[in-house]
Amino acid sequence: MKEKDKKEKDRQGIGSYESVTEEEKNRFVREVAHKKYEYGFSTDVQTEIIERGLNEDVVRLISSKKEEPEWMLDFRLKAFRYWQTQKQPSLAHLKLPEIDYQAISYYADPTKGRKKNGPRSVDEIDPELMKTFDKLGIPLEERLALSGTAVDAVMDSVSVKTTFKEKLSERGIIFCSISEAVREYPDLVRQYLGSVVPYRDNYFAALNSAVFSDGSFVYIPKGVRCPMELSTYFRINARNTGQFERTLIVCDDGGYVSYLEGCTAPMRDENQLHAAIVEIVVNENAEVKYSTVQNWYPGDADGRGGVLNLVTKRGHLRGANSKLSWTQVETGSAVTWKYPSCILGGDNSQAEFYSVAVTNNYQQADTGTKMIHLGRNTKSTIISKGISAGRSQNSYRGLVRVAPKADGARNYSSCDSLLLGNQCGAHTFPYIDVRNDTAIVEHEATTSKISEEQLFYCNQRCIPTEEAVGLIVNGYAKDVINKLPMEFAVEAQKLLNVSLEGTVG
Amino acid sequence: MMLEIEDLHAGINGKEILKGINLTVKAGEIHALMGQNGAGKSTLSNVLVGNPAYEVTSGRVRFNGKDLLAMTPEERAHEGLFLSFQQPVEIPGVSMVNFMRAALNAKRKYHGLEPMSSGDFLKLMREKRKIVELDSKLANRSVNEGFSGGEKKRNEIFQMAMLEPTLSILDETDSGLDVDALRIVAEGFNKLRTAETSAIVITHYQRLLDYLKPDVVHVLLGGRIVRSGGPELAAEIEKRGFDWIKEEASLD
Amino acid sequence: MNSEQQYIDLFTACRGLIDSHSAGALNALRDKAFDDFCRQGFPSQKVERYKYTDVASAFAPDYGMNLKRLEFAVNPYKAFRCDVPNLSTSFYFVVNDAFCRENSAASMLPGGVIVCSLKTAAEEHADLVASYYGKLARTEKDTLNALNTMLAQDGLFIYIPRGVDVERPIQVVNLLRADTDLMANRRVLVIMEEDARARLLFCDHAMDDRNFLTTQIMEVYAGERARLDFYELEETHAKNRLFSNLYADLQRDSTANLYRITLQGGLTRQRTDIALSGERAEVGLYGCVIADKAQHVDHNTLIDNRAEYGVSHQLYKYVMDGESTGAFAGRILVREGAQHTVSDERTANLCGSEARVYAQPMLEIYADDVKCSHGATVGQMDEQALFYMRQRGINPDEARLLLKLAFAGEVIDTIGLETLRNRLHHLVEKRFRGGMARCSECRFCS
Repeated sequence: MKEKDKKEKDRQGIGSYESVTEEEKNRFVREVAHKKYEYGFSTDVQTEIIERGLNEDVVRLISSKKEEPEWMLDFRLKAFRYWQTQKQPSLAHLKLPEIDYQAISYYADPTKGRKKNGPRSVDEIDPELMKTFDKLGIPLEERLALSGTAVDAVMDSVSVKTTFKEKLSERGIIFCSISEAVREYPDLVRQYLGSVVPYRDNYFAALNSAVFSDGSFVYIPKGVRCPMELSTYFRINARNTGQFERTLIVCDDGGYVSYLEGCTAPMRDENQLHAAIVEIVVNENAEVKYSTVQNWYPGDADGRGGVLNLVTKRGHLRGANSKLSWTQVETGSAVTWKYPSCILGGDNSQAEFYSVAVTNNYQQADTGTKMIHLGRNTKSTIISKGISAGRSQNSYRGLVRVAPKADGARNYSSCDSLLLGNQCGAHTFPYIDVRNDTAIVEHEATTSKISEEQLFYCNQRCIPTEEAVGLIVNGYAKDVINKLPMEFAVEAQKLLNVSLEGTVG
Repeated sequence: MMLEIEDLHAGINGKEILKGINLTVKAGEIHALMGQNGAGKSTLSNVLVGNPAYEVTSGRVRFNGKDLLAMTPEERAHEGLFLSFQQPVEIPGVSMVNFMRAALNAKRKYHGLEPMSSGDFLKLMREKRKIVELDSKLANRSVNEGFSGGEKKRNEIFQMAMLEPTLSILDETDSGLDVDALRIVAEGFNKLRTAETSAIVITHYQRLLDYLKPDVVHVLLGGRIVRSGGPELAAEIEKRGFDWIKEEASLD
Repeated sequence: MNSEQQYIDLFTACRGLIDSHSAGALNALRDKAFDDFCRQGFPSQKVERYKYTDVASAFAPDYGMNLKRLEFAVNPYKAFRCDVPNLSTSFYFVVNDAFCRENSAASMLPGGVIVCSLKTAAEEHADLVASYYGKLARTEKDTLNALNTMLAQDGLFIYIPRGVDVERPIQVVNLLRADTDLMANRRVLVIMEEDARARLLFCDHAMDDRNFLTTQIMEVYAGERARLDFYELEETHAKNRLFSNLYADLQRDSTANLYRITLQGGLTRQRTDIALSGERAEVGLYGCVIADKAQHVDHNTLIDNRAEYGVSHQLYKYVMDGESTGAFAGRILVREGAQHTVSDERTANLCGSEARVYAQPMLEIYADDVKCSHGATVGQMDEQALFYMRQRGINPDEARLLLKLAFAGEVIDTIGLETLRNRLHHLVEKRFRGGMARCSECRFCS
């Protein structure tokens, strides 16, 4: 390809893939990314799946399939042995269906089958589904590419494709699958993997550390601002597989990166297990923004099936003046259990948590954050909006801790719940622990429902009730949605409406 | 000489705002301090009363011959310095009565006097309240809590009446006051004036000065006093604004 | 040896003695309580409702118990005259866990009202006591309830019949008095029938410089349209450990305002569970804690909204100095169907020097048409206010004191009884000024 053509393609945002196979791969990514599970679709690809069950041999097999070095295998085995000694915890306010860890396959590779069968074409996608995507929008790879977002798509266990890699590497930014990083940048990975979330952290963290399949790795070198949004797109496709992705983001002194995470899964009767870990290291004067739009399959209206989303996300603000912001819109999953957290170690470091969690039918969400203030003059902000409908249960659970040496620490938390229906639950469980007399911590929470007056006002202005609820809910969630990058914000708004469809009779 | 400020440099959060202030106030004098926003007027008043948020980098201030800058805020108050705050803070739960009693008795103690009896104190409160026509209901409330802007300013002058300072600084006491409230505050202040008491009056407007009749008018610009004159200077600023002074100052 | 064993041994060895000095209604629940105690043991700090207090350690030392119900030589009426100036009350003493019979103020009570020893009540009104005793303070899920139910022999009984308005406040001084380290297990049962009204004032004092451990279980039944104002004031000392559980059941249109104030103490653990069982029941829960040195104060509340139109307000304020620990965990539960509940909860803390503060407000809501909120703050005094006061000549220590008084005063200002309100303002100020917050008239308050 001529240099001029390449530039032209770049300008159009198509990306610069030089070989035919690259182009095919790209198309494949687009395909899997487009599947919208809510309409009962799973991608019909031949996938290499290892046998169900979990034991040391499986851990070794995963490691060998990924051609990992010895230290990585050791890491996995240590975690596995620890996990074996632990029991699945009972999760505060959640009713977790029993998980048979031996009935799950811990590794599935959709790229293996495809190579034999050759590429599939976009035309094969059900046009009805295409319409649905257009209406709802999930972070479509193409659309993101057009807006200049680099994407790493993880389907089942394997990272399928990372786009824009070359462009990023010009600035020294590493953005690749974690498997590749283990092979290509072993020193970096070894230094940071498990440093924020040790495998002993909790039951699911131990499990993930033992069997994690793939995920993304990001390294932002000193003083570099990442010029585009980086994005990972997760999808569980194969039946009876768990997904255990692992994301590691290291932002060195003065660096900046904004990272987006999107998730989908096909509709299945049985629960699918998703136990991920995200670790973020933020050094001096660096800033990381991490945004999630979580739209895993939530189960059907009777509470059958759905993804069990048990995730450990944590950022360590190591350097002075570092910043980390978590923004999440959680609409999917049968069970969500996650508390994206921040350890504010560096002096003057700042952390934010913005969350909208919507639950409907029999969904259960228990989400929130931990803000651990260790450094001086550290500041944290928590804004949480819970919306419950149907027979769902929606909890905010959070911890703000100020250590004795964290002089001048400041926290503001605001947690609001909106109830749509009289069979759902909305709960707020903040924990505050202050050991410093110069700290200021403020927490407030309210619970309410949409007022009849608001609805009537909308009705009187020709807006039907369902639409009015959507409008009001979007207004309610606006503070958080506004924190998302623009492309994501639009998707998130649509998702809110879809998630609440049928909640008003 | 009541107040002597020599080459005072001061600022806040590491930013220098006062860049060499020289000012002398004699007993019985009223000095008006004028200037645009950000000129350093409020910084000067805060530095004089010892607000810990401000730092003095160099210069000297003598108050009745004593080193003012070496004193704590409360010692400065005991020595007779009073600031009518631009925005008086609300202190919920602390009643005006308890607050004033604590203040007055602290001052008496400093000057070797016994605490005032409850009866005398309440009588004094009643007398002084009349000076600024402060409602007895307000006097029973928490300090400044739920007071309107005008009530807060009247409350400041009421406290001044209670504490009988020798040098009062009125920091934009006229801002936010309607015509009647301004008259009450100004007349109240004038009733408290003696040949021994002085004042520094910070204001943007002529109308307060019409009541108070300053002896000297200063213009503060970029952290320095760039022009001083008689009452006619204030009248001229009212007519022409500050730009001409700026231009002349930049010519110097 | 674990902390439970000595209580198990004691109960097994002295069961006959305990029973013989108590009464039927109390004895009837001991076996079940004992089973529940053995099964649960003392809660570890992993148990959500005991997260902030190490119960087992507090119960580990060997305390004496007055199982034989020996009378104490001291006549508290002659020795102790702590009261609220200008507040005329019907005045009673409970020494450790025994109701003091002498000088009874019974003559001042309206007809039908009973204030007496729980043991006496269980003997004279066996059915009445049996139908209420232990019904709210269930032993299955709370070890403290189990332990107290298994050991308690006596306490206080208050009965206000239908429609009676007891105008004069009933004041009960709980005195801890012993020549050795002592454990007291006190039981309080308050029954208010429909339209009954009363005000109760409980004052806790420790007379001797001994290690005291008290468990107090209080059950309050408020019938329809009943109204109760309850004030509990603790002024003990650093060697005192108090575990006090209060349960109240509020029927339709009844109202209760409950104050739990700790001015001095060692370890104070207060559990307050309120069931709004009838429509339009209303409760106010107020706490004021002033702690320093190694004091530990832990409030754990539950408002259980079971019926429609329930209303609750909670305000807890802590002023923590020294190396003290303050904890507040308050849960608002709105059950399915408890529509139109209005519930708010606020806790505010001034956290000084080495103090540690935990705050855990909780909303758990299963009904949609509700207005619920909570707020928690931890912070220090307003710097601007401090400077304002200094400019007026008030020295920083005095200014801080005024601000602390104002902070704690917010709770006290809500007290309806003016004389008590003034007395508490005075006591709080005395406490902050470092004086023992006691009056000057009796020999214990010098």
